[in-house]
Amino acid sequence: MLATVLPVTLVELAFAKGEENFSFAVISDAHIQNVRSGEFVRSWDRGLIRAVAETNLLNPAPDFVVFGGDLAHLGTKAELDHGAQILAALHPKMRFVMGECDYYLDLGEYWSSLFGPAWYSFDHKGVHFVVLNSILTDEQWTHGPWGSDELRMHEMALLDSAHASPFMVGEEQRAWLAADLKGIPRSVPVVVFSHSPLQKIYRGWNFWTEDAEQIQELLKPFDKVDVIYGHVHQIQYNQIGNISFHSVVATAWPLPYPQSYTQAQTYLPKLTVPMNRADPFFERDGTGWQLVNLATGRADIYYNLYNNAPRNVAFNPATGRPEDTTYQAPETRIAPQQHY
Amino acid sequence: MKKHYRWILMTPLVAFAALLGRHQAARADEVSQEDLQRWQAQFMSTVEVGRVLWTDGKLGTNGVTCAQCHPNATDTHPETYPKFQKQLGRVVLLWEMINWCLRNPLEGKALAPDDRGMIALQAYMTYERRGVPLDPGKH
Repeated sequence: MLATVLPVTLVELAFAKGEENFSFAVISDAHIQNVRSGEFVRSWDRGLIRAVAETNLLNPAPDFVVFGGDLAHLGTKAELDHGAQILAALHPKMRFVMGECDYYLDLGEYWSSLFGPAWYSFDHKGVHFVVLNSILTDEQWTHGPWGSDELRMHEMALLDSAHASPFMVGEEQRAWLAADLKGIPRSVPVVVFSHSPLQKIYRGWNFWTEDAEQIQELLKPFDKVDVIYGHVHQIQYNQIGNISFHSVVATAWPLPYPQSYTQAQTYLPKLTVPMNRADPFFERDGTGWQLVNLATGRADIYYNLYNNAPRNVAFNPATGRPEDTTYQAPETRIAPQQHY
Repeated sequence: MKKHYRWILMTPLVAFAALLGRHQAARADEVSQEDLQRWQAQFMSTVEVGRVLWTDGKLGTNGVTCAQCHPNATDTHPETYPKFQKQLGRVVLLWEMINWCLRNPLEGKALAPDDRGMIALQAYMTYERRGVPLDPGKH
């Protein structure tokens, strides 16, 4: 059933051999939330369970599945274990990205014991993949006078907290990234995964990475670069120079677009056609998972939205930017895409 | 017994006379800067109570907060109420939608419309939306 609705990209292949075409899935922001011993918020559980079940039905199967961060809501062992148990049902190989809600309780210790390092790279069928941990912040904030690890975790998990601190990749990883990219030919497609956007949209909710420009600079020499990020629980896309940016939606709940907050200045990319305003009476509306097709060497993203029409954002070679394949032209937009 | 009863009746009168003596200048149409500051402080302290309820996870039974889906009370649109809430099939006020959220995503119990917490929640939501023109009925 699912396979019949998935898109076929009718474009010339970038790779020498057709059989090297591949896709991967992205599941993100599950926010598994512990209520009390052995009990978790039912709705968030259901979102992740559904993503796993539907991803397993894909035919052909994706080569791997990336989990985009925030598996847990408050970083506890119980939440990470419960989330890992749900994800264990996935058939393809998994790659993990660190989210702030996985990190700020024990500074990523338990997460790393389950999933390994928080930044790394790998090559797959001619594409260079990089995973960054973009949710770090300065040492002073991290090791500040919190009194308890739980309090620090709560401040970072609270999206609109006035006491949180801006996310950053940091010097150590930037140096690692520069070294990692050094030997990669410029014609090789590069795909970067991060939890927060490696571009600046709204600092108040950490739709933001403080050293985004420095990362962009390192990615500048490559012909084809895609940055895929979570955290924002909504569809966003943008083009900055050679870099295409794509967000992924959450399995847990959707977030309002930042321009809905009238007390602050925000910078949603003009290119983005927003997803529909969510109807809370449909528990899964505004949530889902993504299939990413790299047939052109650029990420074409198919948003499988549980209670809404799917969206497809693909690179348009004529305009040199990602565009929604249905709604990009202003006259094609629909009323529910108006956020206020 | 009778004498005692009369004395009780007179007590408020005596108290009222004493009050007049102390505040002879108090008039209904006079508002001082001090009054304005005090009333604003009262309002803001209610907004702050609302913000705590919005974020501390104690309103429902599952620890889910209003702020998880509505950071800074966004996508609540207090300026559009009363409006026809299509999912409920009738015109409602904001507190009815708040109660829907309390019962469903927060798996908790509804609050009375005049509950102090319900008033504080609306004070917070409306404060975060200050400056946006009233637009009742807007979907």
